Amino acid sequence: MKPFDYQRATTPDGAVALVSDRPGAVYLAGGTNLVDHLRLGIVGPDLLVDVNRLPLDEVGATEDGGLRIGANVRNSDLAAHPAIRRDYPMLAQALLAGASGQIRNAATTAGNLLQRTRCVYFQDVTTPCNKRDPGSGCTAIGGYTRYHAILGASEHCIAVHPSDMAVAMVALDATVAVLGRNGERSIPVEELHRLPGDHPERDTVLEHGDLITAVVLPPPLGAGWRCTYRKVRDRASYAFALVSVAAAIRVEDGRVADSRISLGGVAHKPWRAVKAEDALRGAVVGDESFAAAAGAELAAASPVEGNEFKVPMARRTIVSVLRELAGQSGESR
Amino acid sequence: MEATITLTVDGRAETVTVDTRTSLLDALRDRLGNTSPKKGCDHGQCGACTVLLDGRRMLSCLALAVAHDGADVVTARGLADGDRLHAIQEAFIDHDALQCGYCTPGQVCSAVGMLDEAAGGSPSHVTADLTAERGLGDLDDDEIRERMSGNLCRCGAYVNIVAAIREVVGTTVDAQATTAAR
Repeated sequence: MKPFDYQRATTPDGAVALVSDRPGAVYLAGGTNLVDHLRLGIVGPDLLVDVNRLPLDEVGATEDGGLRIGANVRNSDLAAHPAIRRDYPMLAQALLAGASGQIRNAATTAGNLLQRTRCVYFQDVTTPCNKRDPGSGCTAIGGYTRYHAILGASEHCIAVHPSDMAVAMVALDATVAVLGRNGERSIPVEELHRLPGDHPERDTVLEHGDLITAVVLPPPLGAGWRCTYRKVRDRASYAFALVSVAAAIRVEDGRVADSRISLGGVAHKPWRAVKAEDALRGAVVGDESFAAAAGAELAAASPVEGNEFKVPMARRTIVSVLRELAGQSGESR
Repeated sequence: MEATITLTVDGRAETVTVDTRTSLLDALRDRLGNTSPKKGCDHGQCGACTVLLDGRRMLSCLALAVAHDGADVVTARGLADGDRLHAIQEAFIDHDALQCGYCTPGQVCSAVGMLDEAAGGSPSHVTADLTAERGLGDLDDDEIRERMSGNLCRCGAYVNIVAAIREVVGTTVDAQATTAAR
């Protein structure tokens, strides 16, 4: 691990100034991803600016009836928060599906969003990787691809963003509050992460020095909506998603009046399934419509050798989740 | 770069100068001579390094020591009250919940932290009703397995680990019921 300086930020503005002024500086939050990557030699910052003691650990109501989640709220605390469990159960479910008890106790809300989009080759410094070492090539393409992208990938990178929490936040139309050199701005979570394109080394649209201070949730979906988060994985617990689905639907008179669907484990970013949502609008509730919606979204899927299974897996998971939500019984909430 | 930090480890105040790169795990083991937390993967995947950090179970391999200046750390060694082992430690022995024992200090710390979380009403991935009031009494085997999934045991003592924790849940709930009835 390369040597680095360490400074504890005392104010958000001070933190932004510290990192902005130094190209090799990075923020340290829960550390569950960064410390691992420091040790693996994937990143080599010369300054860690610790934001853990900034007063960003509150969950509070917003004026419009939504919630403002401080960037430092730990994943376990957010999942257990009464307002999240009652009004945003899909988010609580997603948080609880991620990582392990110990990691959820350390990981923060902003840190979860800003964990690296990654794959096993990104984490193995002995292999070429365009994300870690731009221009060196992609070892995943033609390699072991079980956990890799089927949507929105490029010839340079097929890694996926592993967050569960972010998938639910995208479905909920959450935004992040970002403090930068030039003040505060708001970015939809859906637009926070990038597709790899020609620059897989960039996971997000944030600029150097930008600090996420909060995630803002709009008011709860409310009466008539049913929602759930389902994660399909190789182990029953403590494993990344092969495919995950965050979905909410509102049914009126046997038709889908409105829906929200996003997918995890399939792309370089949490994937909002807009085409599926469009296909569902006004559709008669039933497997035929659900399969058509999933098909509309996955028509653009381009798996690589070894992860073709994810396309039918995603389709079936979407259909199964919608069926569960449309039915009056089932385990959804 | 070096930094001097103060930790309370198993009830004892310790001051130590560490390189900023030092993990809490290495500070405990190599600098403070507390080899109770174990280095398994050193990547946050196995749970062998689990300690209670300011009362919550955490992976000491993924914590930088410098970032936890002033923290209260309890390792499996510090769970015992003198010669009296913690109920979880006793139950692990009674149920043969280990073979080689390497993961055990992490398992024990994780179990203690997990029971606190459950007693405080925290839900898990397998909790059916997220809004219901919950407590220790709701910890069935599925809940124990899910909540302990961050601790791997390559000897495969899982069945007995679940049994050990189940017993402590049962005796704690019974004791609470007896106290409440008085």
